[in-house]
Parts: sequence; structure tokens; C-alpha cells
Amino acid sequence: MSHVAPHSEPLVRLSKRDVMPAWQGILVRIIGVLLGVALSSLFIVLVTDLNPAEVFTSLFDGCFGSPRRIWNLFQNTAILLCIALAVTPAYKMKFWNIGAEGQVLMGAAATAACMIYFGNGINQWLLIPIMVISSLFAGMVWGMIPAFFKAHFNTNETLFTLMMNYVATQIVAFLITYWENPKGSNSVGVINASTKAGWLPYLFDKQYLINIIIVVALTAVMYVYLKYSKHGYEISVVGESENTARYIGINVKKVILRTMALSGALCGLAGLLLVSGTTHTISTNTAGGRGFTAILVSWLAKFNPAVMMLTSFLIVFFERGAAQIATNFRMNESLADIITGIILFFIIGSEFFLNYKLNFRHKHKEEA
Amino acid sequence: MDIAKFASFITQAIIIGIPLLYGATGEMITEKSGNLNLGIPGIMYVGGISGVLGGYFWETYGDKTNGFMCILIPMICSLVASAAMAFIYSFLTITLRANQNVTGLVLTTFGMGLGSFIGGSLSTILDSGATVSLNATGAFFKTTLPFASKLGLFGKTFLSFGFLAYLAIIIAIVSAFILRKTRVGLNLKAVGENPATADAAGINVTRYKYAATCIGGAIAGLGGLYYVMDFIGGTWSNGGFGDRGWLAIAIVIFCLWKPDLGILGSVLFGGLYIVYMYIDDLPRASQEIFKMLPYLVTILVLILISVRKKRENQPPASLGVSYFREER
Repeated sequence: MSHVAPHSEPLVRLSKRDVMPAWQGILVRIIGVLLGVALSSLFIVLVTDLNPAEVFTSLFDGCFGSPRRIWNLFQNTAILLCIALAVTPAYKMKFWNIGAEGQVLMGAAATAACMIYFGNGINQWLLIPIMVISSLFAGMVWGMIPAFFKAHFNTNETLFTLMMNYVATQIVAFLITYWENPKGSNSVGVINASTKAGWLPYLFDKQYLINIIIVVALTAVMYVYLKYSKHGYEISVVGESENTARYIGINVKKVILRTMALSGALCGLAGLLLVSGTTHTISTNTAGGRGFTAILVSWLAKFNPAVMMLTSFLIVFFERGAAQIATNFRMNESLADIITGIILFFIIGSEFFLNYKLNFRHKHKEEA
Repeated sequence: MDIAKFASFITQAIIIGIPLLYGATGEMITEKSGNLNLGIPGIMYVGGISGVLGGYFWETYGDKTNGFMCILIPMICSLVASAAMAFIYSFLTITLRANQNVTGLVLTTFGMGLGSFIGGSLSTILDSGATVSLNATGAFFKTTLPFASKLGLFGKTFLSFGFLAYLAIIIAIVSAFILRKTRVGLNLKAVGENPATADAAGINVTRYKYAATCIGGAIAGLGGLYYVMDFIGGTWSNGGFGDRGWLAIAIVIFCLWKPDLGILGSVLFGGLYIVYMYIDDLPRASQEIFKMLPYLVTILVLILISVRKKRENQPPASLGVSYFREER
């Protein structure tokens, strides 16, 4: 043990902060985003010696440059938001579900299966409810398997759900070998391209409108569910302390299972929106990493569905904008991931200043 | 299956397993400090591309025939870059107490992006299509023991690897020894089990967490380097590394956080990864099912250890939780 000098107070001491005023919290986050943007600009300038102002103009251009881009922006935001809403109840319960990717894929696979096998036999108005039910069910089952083991044996859910993602990927890869069209292409192609059976309707001739409306409604419902319902209250209590929950008579196992059933089912719904409402096809890449990004969306919004609208928009904004930068300046498209990564690092880092206070060492009078 | 085919299966299983072993050993050391670093796939990817970058500069501006430097430069680049990646994770989760899952996932996105960006840009500069080829460097990495080929089937099966393969096994054994027998290792485990107790016992929790995460990251990065330099022979193509990083995390669980078991686990997973190629006339659909095996096996182990509740087989108790001294 080293000898400790009598007055050696550390230079900086941390302490937990009480609740910070809302405006300060927002300010800290804005500073975080701006620092992230500044560092990504620096990165772009260093590797390409382009003018960063020019680069960031094309960022906005990529998001708002044409009606089509605006629709894409909101469509992607809606899907990401949907998955984020899905994982939120589980996260609030401190159930670290990183298996959204797999749950979305299972929902997508169920949807595609209905479209392929029932597409020609069943009336459209019957087909879509069947698709909805099966996608919800598939996602639910995929979410409940890890939940069952968590509830009964306390099996580590982070690792379990992570592995379930790859099982789901392989199931989809397996199905694709049966569904591939044309044969040997190893891709499914557009399902029911001629009949459009099982495609979600285009409201007012806009393809993505129905997705966006569904997700906005879901956001409102989820907000109320978490904030005002008995279920929502139970989720918060279990998340804060399982022992407290048990003490006040909450059936913890039941809450875990029920919440993961909901979480998985909503991921399945996102799968439906992707297959039936967006791409009309399926691949192992249908979820496209959104299952992971959704965790960030939910966490950054402190599990508040209303704020998630903003955070999901922000992330999609940077992703799509950065993709446009890459196209405009003939750079590799992975630039988007780098820029998003840097900005997210800063947002994650800025959380620290919301929760902790730095107490610098005071000069004591007697020392002076 | 005849004996020659079986021997070639074992060899393939080992060389597929080596990158997984690096990743798993790195992640085990990291997790022993209580840090669940889901950034490992990103770190391994960066470990690979930084080696390529170093190799590219040495082949272009240095002496291509100097085997020692051809190996040293990429290795240093890989170690430094992956340790730097792990440092980002450490700073955010240890000093800034950020959520480990979130930080790790962002690190993976970032690392994949960085790797593909550098790889893509490099192949554009070289005008070499979608790949970057460093055959001279790759050949040095693939150099095997001179007498291996003279030892018949045994030599061919077990001794025909580049030096990085043996290094992986040595690192795993040394890590197992350190964790089990030395004060440093026991302190590290204490930090991962209960940081507050370790802190009270006078162990510098922050320093241990930083060191374990950065060293673990550097080791994992070598897995990426082995993959691109030895396994592929010096040719980088974006995304070629696949899901090996996640598989490495699976091995950590499968081998119950024990680096020496990790050697067997990696070879087994390597075998599961390719077994479909060695079964005659397997239709493509069943191949996809076979590729599921490593993950199913991991899930099974995860369930078994939680049902049996044997104390020495559990994940580190504080895994995934940031430590703040004044928290009650």
C-alpha cells in the first residue's frame, strides 16, 4: 500500500447528480451532438480534404433533397421507431433484449410465408389479418423463449437473445432456399409482383404512408401503456428492483414473460411492415442492423416513446445524410457508419454529465 | 469419411477456429473485469484492416523481402488499433459509466464502418476491384515450420500452420494460467465479481478494468489479423470476416469463461462452422440448418449453466454493470 499524504484529496471527485433541469439536459445533449459533428467533419477533412460545409450541405440534401428522399427518411424513421418501441418495455424492465434483430426477422419470415403460400388463394382482406397475426405470433415466440429461461432459471438474456439472432438468420436463409425466385438466385425477389397480394395498401397513392400512420399510433399507445397502465407500472417496478416487486406482490415471472411477449410481438410487427409494407421481399438482411440501432434509440430517449420519435429521426437523418455524402463525393458508403458511430459516441458520453457532477478540489483556506 | 478427409477436416476446423480463439480469449479477459464488450466484432474487423494498412505501407515504401518487418509492422498496427478501439469502449464505460451494451454495439457499428471504409478506399486507390492483395506479406504470415511437411499426416494436420496460430494457443494457455494462479488474475476476477469489495480490498478497480479491456481488445484484434493475413493469405475484402466476431462471443459462454477450454471450444466451433462442407451431397437447405449449430450449442450451454447453478461456471457477477464507488 502506498503511503497516503494527509491532504491528498483527488483532483476531481465524482458525485451523483440530482435531477438536472430539463433545459440543461437538452443543452448538454446538443453540445454532445455538435462535438460529434465537429469531429466527423474533421475526419472527413483529414481523409478527403473536402470543404466540410459543402459536405454537410449534401447531408441535408440526402435527407430532404427530393420528395422521394423525404419519404425514405420518414419511412426509415418509422421502422426504426417501431423496433425501438418494441424493445422499450423490456429495457424498462432491465431485460437486455438485444435479440430484436432476430425477432424482426421471424416476423418478416412469417409474413413472407403467408404472402407466398396464401397469396393466390385467399381474399386480400382476409390475408392481411392472417399476416398480422402470424407475424406478431412469430416475433412473440422468438421473444418468449429467452424470457422463459430468464424468468425460471435467470439465464443471461443478453447473450441468449444475441444467439437467437443468428438462429433466426439461418432459419431465413433456410427458407430462402425454398422460396428463391428465380431458382438458383439465392434471393426471393418481389413476392406476388403481379397480384400484389398481401401488400399493405398504398394510402393516397403513397407507399409508406400506412407504415408511418401505424407507427405513430403505436407510439401514442405505447406512451400511454408505459405511463398510465397497471402493466406499465409493474414493468417500472420490476426494472427498479425485483425484490421490491416481489414484496409488493407483483408476479415477477409473469411480468417478464408478458413484457417479452409484447416486445417480441411488436418486433414481429416491424417485420411485417418491412416485408409487406416496404420491400415486398425477404432476405437475411431484412432487419439490416435496425434491431441493434433501435436499442440506441430507446436508450437515448430514456425509454420515453415521445422522445424516441426525435432520437430515431436523428439517427436516420445522420445515416441517410452520410450515405448521400458518400455518393456525392464518391466515397465508400461505410462513411455513414463511421459518422453515425462518432456522433453516437459523443451522445453516449454526454449522458455522463447528466448523471454525475464533477467536484474539483477546493483550495482550503488553512493551506493558502 | 476416409482418414485423409478427416485429417483435412481437423486442419480446417483449427484454422477456422484460430480467429475465434483470439476473439474469445480477448473477450474472456475483458469480461473477467466485468465489462461485456459487444464491440469485439468491430475490434476484430479493425484489427484486420489496420494490419492490411500497415502491410500496404510497408510493401509500398519499405523492403518487401524483409520477412521480419513484413510481419512486425502489420502486427504492431493491428495491436495498436484494436487496443485503441477497446480504449474508446473503456473510456466511455469505465470513466464515463456509459451503458455497456449500447457502447459495445456502437463500437461494432463504428469498427465495421471504419474497416470497410479503409478497405474500400484502399482498393479504390489501388484500382484493384473490391479487394486489397498483399501477397508478399501474406506469404510471410503463412510460413510454417520447415519440418512440418516431412512428418506425414500428423505434421500436415497439426503442424502446418503459420506462427499466429501457435501464438493464439500460447496466449490462451498463458491467460488461463494468469487468471487461475497469479495475484493479478485473482484480483481481476475479484473486480469482475464484485468491484466494490475489490475496491475495499485496495485493488485499483479502474486500472484493472482499463488494462483488461485494452489488452483483451488487442488480443481479439490479432484474430482479425490472422484471418486476413494467414487464413486468406493477405487479401482483404469488405465483409469477408463475416459473423466470426459474434461467434467468438458465443465461445466465451460455451467455454465458461475459461481461456484454456477456449482452445478446444474454438476448434469445435471451427468444425461446426464448416462441417456442412464435409458431408456428402448435403442439399443447400440443410447446409443453412447446419450453420445454425454453433449458436444452438451456445444457447444450450447457456441454459445448462443457469439451470445447474454451479458457482464456478457462472458469468462474472458484475458483468454488464458499470462501477461507481459511491453507489449503494
